[in-house]
Amino acid sequence: MMHLPPSVGDFRESRSLVGFLARAFKAHWVPAFAGMTMVWCAIALSSTVQAQDSLPPAPYAYRQLDDPALEAKAQALMETLRCLKCQSQSIADSDAPMAGDMRHQVRTRIAAGEDPEHIRAWLVERYGDYVSYKPTVSATTWPLFAVPALLLVLAVLILRRRLGGAR
Amino acid sequence: MIRMRVFLWVLVALVVGVLGLFAYQLRQPKDEFVESAMIGKPIPGFDLPAAVGDRPGLSSRDLADGRPKLLNVFASWCVPCAAEAPQLAQLEARGANIVAVAIRDRPEDVAAFLAAYGNPFSRIGKDDISAVQLSIGSSGVPETFVVDGHGVIRYQHIGDIRDGDVAVLLEKLREAQGA
Repeated sequence: MMHLPPSVGDFRESRSLVGFLARAFKAHWVPAFAGMTMVWCAIALSSTVQAQDSLPPAPYAYRQLDDPALEAKAQALMETLRCLKCQSQSIADSDAPMAGDMRHQVRTRIAAGEDPEHIRAWLVERYGDYVSYKPTVSATTWPLFAVPALLLVLAVLILRRRLGGAR
Repeated sequence: MIRMRVFLWVLVALVVGVLGLFAYQLRQPKDEFVESAMIGKPIPGFDLPAAVGDRPGLSSRDLADGRPKLLNVFASWCVPCAAEAPQLAQLEARGANIVAVAIRDRPEDVAAFLAAYGNPFSRIGKDDISAVQLSIGSSGVPETFVVDGHGVIRYQHIGDIRDGDVAVLLEKLREAQGA
């Protein structure tokens, strides 16, 4: 449990660790956070201004499908597709117009009876694996799956040798 | 005992190697471009209405009429699209047939954009929901594709066309002529 002393901002309390940390925090981190926040706001503002298009969103960008089962299917797929404009978000998370257009594609295709994995394959055919967040084992990704398994086997072997030696 | 020492050194080398790899990769410039995987494939079928009054719309059949073309994906609201206008004019002047798809745009805005920056396009299709853009694997504006006479996508240029890119695009068009 940690109690902050009543004089968190007291500069005379230089010998206590808590006081030192509190001062350091005030002196460096608060302005740093404030600065970062301002920079991020500026970036966010400038990119919105730049990417302003004048058309309303595609019909099914923000409108859910009437059938809840189909909408759930669409939603599950949209959460695993990458927004190409804001690349660390899924198209379900992003308000970029292009993400809206991709949601429209997904919803209309699902409504037309298309299989979600078929839609994913359609997009992968156009943008490569990068567009999909769903992990797949392929010629380039198999080490990601193999290495942890290998390490686990190695750990078991080492443990057995060590424990065996101790006996 | 010696085997144990060797093993430890191997471990140290491994960790240093991994950290070195991190250091190297973190210094590499970030590549945010998503390349189309459609290069070498025929352009998917589409038929777009005209985006402005004085140019016809664009369909996939227009792109398979025997002559290679540049397909420019642009929008009036896109700042780099205005920046590449002189280079597009240069390409047109040097014999390139340029067709375009206007993304999420109003006819009056497209007309005003073309009036301000010039119109190098022989056809302009209107794509209000980015459908054609998604179908050819384009992830933003502006992008320029080289499409050969059979309608097969041969090359993709991402971002605005700079001075140095004009020669490259003309060369790619020439290569597409032979295809």
